[in-house]
Amino acid sequence: MVVDQLGTQLRDEEIDRLFQAFADTTRRDIVRRVTVGEYSVSGLAALYTMSFAAVQKHVAVLERASLVAKEKRGREQIVRANHDGLQKARRLLDEYEIIWRQRADRIADLLAETAPAGPGRTHENQQDGNRKVEG
Amino acid sequence: MTVVSSVKDLEALSLTVVAEFDAGVERVWQIWEDPRQLERWWGPPTWPATFEKHEFVPGGEASYFMTGPEGEKARGWWRFVAIDAPRRLEFDDGFADDNGEPVADMGTIHGLVTLEPIGDRTRMTVLSTFEAEEQMEKIIAMGMEEGMNGALGQVDAILAESVSA
Repeated sequence: MVVDQLGTQLRDEEIDRLFQAFADTTRRDIVRRVTVGEYSVSGLAALYTMSFAAVQKHVAVLERASLVAKEKRGREQIVRANHDGLQKARRLLDEYEIIWRQRADRIADLLAETAPAGPGRTHENQQDGNRKVEG
Repeated sequence: MTVVSSVKDLEALSLTVVAEFDAGVERVWQIWEDPRQLERWWGPPTWPATFEKHEFVPGGEASYFMTGPEGEKARGWWRFVAIDAPRRLEFDDGFADDNGEPVADMGTIHGLVTLEPIGDRTRMTVLSTFEAEEQMEKIIAMGMEEGMNGALGQVDAILAESVSA
């Protein structure tokens, strides 16, 4: 069993790079796209209202975070999701951990409310655990 | 500090997150049992989850969608495998198509949630096991979404927690 070691300096830097990589709408969009298919840098650039150079910079940030890999194919630079064995599994689990840390924070906020008052929330629908909505 | 520890098993593709809350076990159980409360934390604030179905009984199914900033919808399903209120919950979680039908080739995440009292507080352990890396990648690409913006202010706190974990 390979269990990740927490708390090393290197790992902190990696998580920091991941946060930076995901802090931008365009970069999140690029990651989503290359996760399901391959794109050239120019193909990506055509999707956004920004310069080719700006898109290239975004791709470079994602590369540093090991989220994507670039490869030359003829005159094109192909961007794809980074596949890298156990390293990749750890990165994905790091990202999933961030999702759960955010969920735990939201749960703590919810529990801290003395009188829960979410949108449209009443005592009645709190009891209704099996509500079905058509459509 | 909400999350007190996390362990990753790279071969089993599993993540265990342990969090502690200032509330009793019965109260924390409600955030899973009551879909209106579940909706308030499952998705990030800009991709809120809406549970259309939440049959909180063993063998029961849940169906939900997350709504993005531009109105786009990502659908998911759960199947409750085992429920032992208010201590233990086991469920499978997967992607669904536009009709809410499970997308088989996307695989499932198996979730095991246990709640334990620590005095008048609660320790919640969530063990998530993925079937395949490709599945994790897609789930995370969707799950990260806009929530990351709000999370940036927490980077320092998270890094500090990692050091002490």
